[in-house]
Amino acid sequence: MLLLIIKRMANAIFVILAVSLLAFTIFKFLGDPVQLMLNPQATQQERDQLTERLGLNDPVPVQFAKFVFNAARGEFGMSYRNQMPVMEVIAERFPATFELVLVSSILALVIGLPLGVFAAIRGGTVMARVFHLISMIGVSVPAFVIGILLILVFSIELKWLPAFGRGKVVDLGFWTTGFLTPSGRAALVMPSISLALFQISFIMRLVTAEMLEVLRTDFIRFAKARGLKARAIYFRHGLRNCMMPVVTMTGMLIGDLIAFTLVTEIVFQWPGMGFLFVQSVQYVDIPVMAAYLMIVCCIFITINLIVDLIYVVVDPRVDQLVRGGGNGH
Amino acid sequence: MATELSPARPRLRQRLWAFYDSDLVWSFRHSPMAILSAALLAIVAFTSLFAAWLMPQNPFDITQLYLDKANLPPIWIAGGQMPYLLGTDLQGRDILSAIVYGSRISLIIGVASVALSMTIGVLVGLMAGYVGGALDNFLMRIGDAVMSIPTLLVAILISAIFRGMLPVDYRDAAAPLILVVALSLTSWVVYARMIRAATMVEAGKEYVLAARIIRVPRRRIILHHILPNVLTAALVTATLNLGLAVLAEATLSFLGVGMPSAQPSLGTLIRIGNQFFFSGTWWIVLFPALQLTLIILAVNLLGDWLRDALNPKLK
Repeated sequence: MLLLIIKRMANAIFVILAVSLLAFTIFKFLGDPVQLMLNPQATQQERDQLTERLGLNDPVPVQFAKFVFNAARGEFGMSYRNQMPVMEVIAERFPATFELVLVSSILALVIGLPLGVFAAIRGGTVMARVFHLISMIGVSVPAFVIGILLILVFSIELKWLPAFGRGKVVDLGFWTTGFLTPSGRAALVMPSISLALFQISFIMRLVTAEMLEVLRTDFIRFAKARGLKARAIYFRHGLRNCMMPVVTMTGMLIGDLIAFTLVTEIVFQWPGMGFLFVQSVQYVDIPVMAAYLMIVCCIFITINLIVDLIYVVVDPRVDQLVRGGGNGH
Repeated sequence: MATELSPARPRLRQRLWAFYDSDLVWSFRHSPMAILSAALLAIVAFTSLFAAWLMPQNPFDITQLYLDKANLPPIWIAGGQMPYLLGTDLQGRDILSAIVYGSRISLIIGVASVALSMTIGVLVGLMAGYVGGALDNFLMRIGDAVMSIPTLLVAILISAIFRGMLPVDYRDAAAPLILVVALSLTSWVVYARMIRAATMVEAGKEYVLAARIIRVPRRRIILHHILPNVLTAALVTATLNLGLAVLAEATLSFLGVGMPSAQPSLGTLIRIGNQFFFSGTWWIVLFPALQLTLIILAVNLLGDWLRDALNPKLK
């Protein structure tokens, strides 16, 4: 058990190092920072000075070590584009992304769980097939297409909701929130629905599959025999027993969620971290790209690590499975 | 000659009949969704293959564009003109033609990236599974690392790195290649894990043991004895992943790090159309988006059917 935890931690650290190597590679191969930071009339002496100051004369492994060390302290240098410390730029964008993800995830849970249970109970009927098809469509429609359709209908045709931006936000000092103003809430509606739709399909399919397994077990039969109400059987006894796999599957969901959030932010020009990232790719703003990559991957890896560990603690069978080397589905 | 051909013919007919009568085809004939999806994909493949003859214009040949025909609405709305069935864009490009040419690019990149990632994955899986030991550990840890980073981010970064390394003149020409490589480098792990597990099972079987006893070289054992026995599973997964590949390509192009506007895929067309949203020319963005959705949906439905049809548990 302890061995497994150590193994997992070592794995996570290895992956984070691999990611920092990738981020470092971007630094090395994408453009010359000296040229990007100085004006074209700079003398050779100024160039040499900056090269020395940026540590670009050091051997590559030393540069990499410095990069990892600085990254661990949250130092990613200055953004090339707006000459602000990278961490400040990202911290400024974080609340927008967080609020969007929060609202859409709550929406997805509230809608996706009951739908999944329903599809499992009515397994094999026409309704269940319709649900299956709908969730198939939900998985197949690209995130940006959903966003574009929403904008076409609700912003351009009906003119009900704003098509882009975050509306008016309230600055709380360390946090900017759109929850407190009417325009902020209106702006949140379409991006969060668009982001929630894919999560709903995902949760629904997962819950349905798990519920079908659980409903076959004896304790559900006994619950029915005891004459419990349908709602108590399905939600208190059934759903609760398939929550564990569902929770652990969120590890998989997070990766897609990051990608979908990025795309949704682009479609609705939502001023979050994903929007910042794509802009920085277009403007070759390398420090921002590297920082975003590192931060997002660290979040992703940490969540996956926690999920893995929870799984091991709760389900002893996994311990054996992992030791056996099985890693597929 | 004739004597040689005549026994071959009934054999061919027999084979065709056996194929038609097989479980797989039977289940296909009884699944309306699978037939519908296959038909749709066949139409898309056919039209994009023969686009040059079927479409009213080549939307990327400047001599065929007329600026006085710009921004025409679809034919069923007042102001629409033949032969521009779905209208035209700002430069007078026929939307229908652009969609068909765009689908061609999307499909080619999708198929190529699936093929490349399957090749990488199968080779890695075979080596890891058969050789084992440190090599296995090393390859699988790389796989874990790739899987631990959100695919889209890596694909964006890889294509950004390659574009940054290339001189500006070559960037557009190399775009399809960069996309294929970026998509493959992020999606080979699924195949590698699966093939590795299957190879480990096969490696313990008697025919492999027999081959080893008579000193068949290791490379020959892997490629000629084990590979044919593990390939089917990889091919099924490849079909399932084609939808994902098309979607990933479209997403990258939509974000502006994929195909350039000069040779747009469906994703690029949607990105371009997205810019003219508010001038009321909705058809520039809507039709490519619908086509993309239909292609992905059809591939996914077909993959869903194939997985069920080949799953022995469900029979």
